[in-house]
Formats: sequence, structure tokens, C-alpha cells
Amino acid sequence: MPQLFHPSTNTFAKVSIFGAIFLIAAVLWVFLSIERSSYVTQAGVVREQPIPFSHRHHVSQLGIDCRYCHTTVEESNFAGIPPTKTCMACHSQIHATAEMLEPVRESWRTGKSLEWIRVHDLPDFVYFNHSIHVKKGVGCETCHGPVGKMALTWREKSLNMEWCLECHRAPEKFVRPRQFVFSMDWHPEIDQKILGEKIVKEYDINRLTNCSICHR
Amino acid sequence: MAEEKDKTKTESPFIEPGHTYGSITDKISSMILTRKTPLGWFIGFGIAFSLMMVLLFSITYLFMKGTGIWGLNIPVGWGFAIINFVWWIGIGHAGTLISAILLLFRQEWRTSINRFAEAMTLFAVAAAGIFPLIHMGRPWLFYWLMPYPNTMNLWPQFRSPLVWDVFAVSTYALVSLLFWYTGLVPDFGSLRDRAKNKFAQKAYGILSMGWRGSAIHWHRYETAYLLLAGLATPLVISVHTIVSFDFAMAIIPGWHATIFPPYFVAGAVYAGFAMVLTLIIPLRKVYGLQDFITIRHLRNMAKVMLATGLIVAYGYMMEAFTAWYSGSEYEQFMILNRMRGPYAPVFWALIICNVVVPQFLWFERFQSKVGALFAIAIVVNIGMWLERFIIVVTSLHRDFLPSSWGMYAGTFWDWSIYFGSIGLFFTLMFIFLRIMPAISIFEMRTLVKGSKKKIEN
Repeated sequence: MPQLFHPSTNTFAKVSIFGAIFLIAAVLWVFLSIERSSYVTQAGVVREQPIPFSHRHHVSQLGIDCRYCHTTVEESNFAGIPPTKTCMACHSQIHATAEMLEPVRESWRTGKSLEWIRVHDLPDFVYFNHSIHVKKGVGCETCHGPVGKMALTWREKSLNMEWCLECHRAPEKFVRPRQFVFSMDWHPEIDQKILGEKIVKEYDINRLTNCSICHR
Repeated sequence: MAEEKDKTKTESPFIEPGHTYGSITDKISSMILTRKTPLGWFIGFGIAFSLMMVLLFSITYLFMKGTGIWGLNIPVGWGFAIINFVWWIGIGHAGTLISAILLLFRQEWRTSINRFAEAMTLFAVAAAGIFPLIHMGRPWLFYWLMPYPNTMNLWPQFRSPLVWDVFAVSTYALVSLLFWYTGLVPDFGSLRDRAKNKFAQKAYGILSMGWRGSAIHWHRYETAYLLLAGLATPLVISVHTIVSFDFAMAIIPGWHATIFPPYFVAGAVYAGFAMVLTLIIPLRKVYGLQDFITIRHLRNMAKVMLATGLIVAYGYMMEAFTAWYSGSEYEQFMILNRMRGPYAPVFWALIICNVVVPQFLWFERFQSKVGALFAIAIVVNIGMWLERFIIVVTSLHRDFLPSSWGMYAGTFWDWSIYFGSIGLFFTLMFIFLRIMPAISIFEMRTLVKGSKKKIEN
């Protein structure tokens, strides 16, 4: 009987048995990486808006407070998207004829809202409330990133559940004193660990990890 | 006693006289390579394959519509899917018992049935594995059962027996597969050398992983096989113990009982041997294997069935006794409801199938009559399914609160998926018979007088 297989088959068999483990591990790694990549989470991806609104200009260069536009962030679950009226408060005087702002004026004339593209959209099965987070000392930039540096707005974090739990399991690592919640580029003067633990105690912050806290 | 010992000696042997190494290899390999496939194979495969198509169709419809097409509802939230799962997993147990435990106990008679029983185990586990998956509301998220670093930072609930099940059953499937495959390697080598066409040579060549039958190959093979047997032995006990925890960890009357693990394990072996007999009796007839699978094999299996059947009967008795002795009115009601409630006919059918009918196996006349044995095996198969039906349904349908009582019955789709899973099982079985040696060739050779193993013993 002639030889069935070429002698190289021996090497091939050994490599395939040995390599199978790495292959399976690699496939798993690729899948888990894709799940966390910005391709899936959209983190760090700039969304195109009807008007190229710059948070950098308004927040850092002009020093407008977050709450000037996002008015309900302290008392509602939704931070609020400003109505055209808020824009026009300034832009009826400043850059009143700028080509770029024509959609705002059109909205003002017709009464039809500007259709902003939502950057942070949580799934409908998640209950989220801005006001409680603000009251417990979670800074805007803790979740939304350095908004004052965003010429065009992107989502800073993945919004994956593991990201939520990171803070819900260890809030002391992230909280700050209430008076700095709306500050940009804030850094603790003492060690965050010590400060965080003090704040957790002072604000009575609980580690809320029960499923039905968010999935009601 | 002395008389009986003598009798065993004169009893028919494990292999009919006159066989040589060559004749064994010829006979078993001819089933695959040279002999014309018997008509019975085509008929059987045709029926099984059609049933498997019914399964595919039913599951497709299930995935389109959801589990609402089944008879499930509150209070009976566990219906056919769990019944069938436990039934199939139980059937698998005989394979592991025969291949691992009987090997360690040096029971030579396992030789001619172990390969077949191991294959049966694998296919039964495959059929069982479908049910927990399709029982999920969102089957496409089945991988949530496995612990992996997901983006939700969530792990399965390790305190739940359902999660233990995932590990128990997957380990079982994996070890059974390895055990089966390891045992097949030397035989694949024989088939490779005997195959005439190029494709078969290549296929068996790859499967035999370069087996040349050298002394060092045999040495490694024996070590590996023994180690795997050791690994598989605790699984015989653990798998069905954990399956029984699915029930016993709950507080439902009729489930919350410490007798469940041993009672389930015995039931599993009982069902498994019944299934081996159900399959092997027609097989030896169609392929003319009476000289390999002798009356003595059938008798031995009948005895195992009788013994495990008695343990199961003891389990039923203890269930009733514990209910009475506990003084718990819910437990007592549960037993009375089984015996006299709306499902009483099913319960009594179960007692007849699993307790009464197998008592015929006490008599040699029934042990060695192939037809009677086949009939009893079928009855036990049915009985074991009814047992799981009784456990699942009667405990749930009337629990603590009469206001939440209800009735349960399988719908058309419940039955179609059940019968379909039988189709899947038999399809795999027929394919196995066609392309792999159903009886271990090289182990049969050790039964020939004068072979190495004989002298050793």
C-alpha cells in the first residue's frame, strides 16, 4: 500500500493540536475586543449634528455653566436639551447673520425644533436619573468626559454595563465635592481615596448594585 | 450458591467459539466496508431522518413564535422540555457506566457493547442538550450561561443548580466524547488499512491520528484509556446528581427531598440499560451479531436493569414514606394528589412500567428470551419518561396555594419536538452504525482464547 499521507502531515497534526488552543483563545479575544471597541460602543466617535455646535467654544472659551442650557439636570432624570429660545437669547445679537446658524433662526421663525442627534442614549430597559447623580457628587465630566475640550461632541464612555458598575461598586473612586460637580478639569487636592471615602460617608452614598435599581 | 456458580461457567460465553483474530476483524469491519448495507438500515434511517426533519421544522416554528406554542404556563412552567432533558440525560448514563465503571471492575462482558453504548451516550446527551437551549425565551443568548468577561460585568448565578447543570452536562459530553474517540483510534487504524477506496482511507487515516499499532502506541493508549475511565467514573454519579438538584434545591413539595440524587442516578442507569437493550436487540439481529452479543450479555444487562429498577422502586416507596413521616400537609397532599388526583392514571402507569413489569426479569425464562426482553426494555423506557412527567408536572400543578392550581398538557409542538428528538438520536445512531465500528474490534480480539489478556486473568 502506498503512503496515504505526506510525511509533513506529522508536523501539521502536531501544530494543529497545539495551535487549536491558541486559536480558540484568539477567537474569544477578538470577539470580546470587538464588543468593547468604539465600532460597537461609539465611544469617541463624533456624531454629526444639524449645526456644528462647539462645547469647547461655549464652555471653555465663554465660560457658560452647564446648567445654562441643560436646565433640568439637578431636579430631573433628564438633563434637558435647550430649546431654540436659549440659543437665540445670545444669537439674536451675536453672529446674528452667520451662515452657520441659519438652521437656528429657521427653527426660531417656524417654531419647529432643531433635531439634535442624541449622543448619550441609554437603552430603554435602563432607568437613569441625572439629579441623584449630581446630588451625590458625580461630576459632569466623570461620565461625559472633557466636554470643554470637544469642538464637536462625542461620547466619551462606552455606556456598557461594566462601566456603570465600575462606579456603582466603588463610588469613592469617582465622587467629588458637590461644589465642583459642574467644574471642568477638576482634580482633587488630596488623595482621591481619602477624599472619596469622606464624601461617601458625608453624602450617604450607597453601593447600589441590585439589578432592579436600574432595570426596574 | 455453588450450583449457581457452576451454571455461570456452563453458560453461553461472551463470544461464540471458533472465532480468531482475523474473523473478528473481518466480521466487524465488513459491516462498514464490504457488506451491503442491510435493508433494515435504510428503512430505519429513513424513518429516523424524517423524524429529525420534524424536529427541525418544530424548532424553527418555536423560534418564530416563542415558547407560547407549548403547553407551558403558570403554575407548570417546566414541561416537556425539562422532562425530555432529564430523560435523555438519564439514557446516556448506561454508556458511561458500561465503558468506565465496568472497565475498572474488569467486567469483560462490557467489551462487545461498550462502543455502542458510548455512542448512545453521546447522542443521548446531544438530544438532551437541545432542550434547555430551546426552553429559553431568548435561545440566541444561550452563551450567557457560560462565565466569560462580558461587557455587563455579570457572571452567572453560581448558586443556581441550573448553572451547575451547564458545567455538569458539558463536562459529561466532553469526557464521553474523548473516551469514545480514544477507544476508536486503534479501530480507525484497522479500518484505514482495510478500506479499499481512497476517500475512506484518507478519512479513517485522519481519524486514526497516525496509529501504527506499535508497542509504544499501545502503551500510551492503555494509560490514556485508563485515565479517562477514572475521569468518567465520578461523572456517572455526579451528572444525574446535579440534574436532580434542579429539583431538590427547590422548595416545591415532591422535589425538596434528599433521596433525589441517588434515586435519579439509579433511574438514569435503569433507563440507560433499557435503551441499550432496545437498540442492541434489533441491531444484533439485523447485522447477525449473535455470536458477539450473546444471550449472556443480554442477561447481564437484564440483571443490571432489575437491580437499578429495584432501587428506583425503593425511591418511589421512600417518597411516599417521607411524605407521611414528615407530617407536612403539603408533602402528604402531593403524594395523595399523585395517586388520586387528575394525573393518577399517569402515576399508576408509571408504577406498572417501572416497578411491576420489570419483576419478570427475576426469571431466567424472561432474561434469555429476546422478544420478552425487548418488550420489557421498551416498557421501562416509557416508564422512565412517565416518571419525569410525574415529577415535573404533579409537583408544580398543585402547590401550596389552591388559588394558583392549574392543569398541564403537552400541545402538538411539545410532542413533535419530543418525537423529533428521538429522530435525531436514531439518525445519529444509524450514521454511526454505517461509518464506525459498532463493536470494538481490538477489544473483541482479547476475548479470543489464548490472547494476552486471557492469560493475565
